[in-house]
Amino acid sequence: MYPSRFRYEAPRSLDEAISLLHDGGDDAKVLAGGQSLVPLMKLRFASPELIVDINNLPGLDYHRADPDGTLRVGALCRHADLERSALLKGTQPTMASAAPLIADPIVRNRGTLVGSLCHADPQGDWASVLLALGGAVVAQGPGGRRMIPVKDFVTGPFQNVLYPDEVVVEAVVPPARGTRAGGYLKLERRVGDFATVGVALAVETSGDTVTRAGIALTGVGGSTIGANAAADALAGHALTTDIIEHAADLAAEAAQPRTDHRGSAEYKRHMVRTFVTRLLNRVAPTEPPAEAPAEGRAA
Amino acid sequence: MTVVYDNVGDAAEGAVPVRRITFTVNGKRKVAEVEPRLLLSHLIRRGLGLTGTHMGCDTTNCGACTVQVDGRPVKSCTMLAVQVDGREISTVEGLATASELHPLQEGFKEEHGLQCGFCTPGMMMAAKALLDENPDPTEEDVRWALSGNLCRCTGYQNIVKSVLWAAAKLRAEAAG
Repeated sequence: MYPSRFRYEAPRSLDEAISLLHDGGDDAKVLAGGQSLVPLMKLRFASPELIVDINNLPGLDYHRADPDGTLRVGALCRHADLERSALLKGTQPTMASAAPLIADPIVRNRGTLVGSLCHADPQGDWASVLLALGGAVVAQGPGGRRMIPVKDFVTGPFQNVLYPDEVVVEAVVPPARGTRAGGYLKLERRVGDFATVGVALAVETSGDTVTRAGIALTGVGGSTIGANAAADALAGHALTTDIIEHAADLAAEAAQPRTDHRGSAEYKRHMVRTFVTRLLNRVAPTEPPAEAPAEGRAA
Repeated sequence: MTVVYDNVGDAAEGAVPVRRITFTVNGKRKVAEVEPRLLLSHLIRRGLGLTGTHMGCDTTNCGACTVQVDGRPVKSCTMLAVQVDGREISTVEGLATASELHPLQEGFKEEHGLQCGFCTPGMMMAAKALLDENPDPTEEDVRWALSGNLCRCTGYQNIVKSVLWAAAKLRAEAAG
């Protein structure tokens, strides 16, 4: 399969890229990892007249933490970079557990987190992760930079609020105020398939008390769903069995699943409840063991 | 190098915009003039005549078209040929020398890692990237690294064994 014809530009600077996009108007598309855009173009679901390939822009392949703990992921940071990242393993449990679950290992070598956010697929994993973490994107256009919270960024399936001449240069995760915990669970029929159900959990705790929580759902609605009522139910509480069950019920209620070839609506809703429970149990401080561990075994 | 395009009849001759790119394939420097929409897989198979890189699904699923670009495996059906300007491509043809198979190829032979052989080049290129990064992988590591490559024949067992065989041989060679 071939894409339809397009003009191709590979600018060497961000200003040049923005200027090309400005002139290209609605018919221009930014190419980063291309793991969604190129298939869409081959299937002729997308036929942009101008492709602005940003892969040659210098200095966008980073992911790093500011001194205050703010995490920044550049537009050319690949999923594989995040999967191997010691920084994420140490400080961003939700992101670290999501990175190895994106697509498949070969696709992860090309695809980017920022591109995935911009693509705004309702079944995109990173959007849920960033939503749960209260993340944002930084978009640069001819008039300068603006920061857009992820919750306001996506307006519908494959739609975001970017102007045609804006490029998202990085995604940002704010610093944790407490101890950060969480994870991402994804049910997929096989590696590389879109999520049947995905759940992102990001909590910050102080002692036993949850100080901030975010829960977001993948694949169970027309766009990424923030399960805000469920997250609110956790804030200010210790993660007791009752609280966990309550939050899991609220998250299942927030899901808007449809029956399709990946499963029935009922099954998907059930899996949301199961995943939220599982993630919260993983995060909850474990009770001290009732009996001493068996001799010879590490505690 | 000459690239022959399909005449799809929707543009007058000469109206097709082409870009000149330079790159290396298996260590050899190449120059090509390509239409931007040409896929890397087509450049490799038709333009360069390196038909060891197979096209299976053409939809980013099967991994048969896997090659390495700057040392990282990519699905060449999901990358534009113009994007390899200035980059290094390795294909399955680059594994063996004139007289010797690569240990991965030997491993697939010894452990019966292929039946029809269609997925094999992609499997080897994905496996090579794994072994370059991790010379002593566990079975789980191998399965994980190959999870973007589909095989319809073997049930994967012998492919995993083949890669582990190659890893052992490479380690033995490195130890001298």
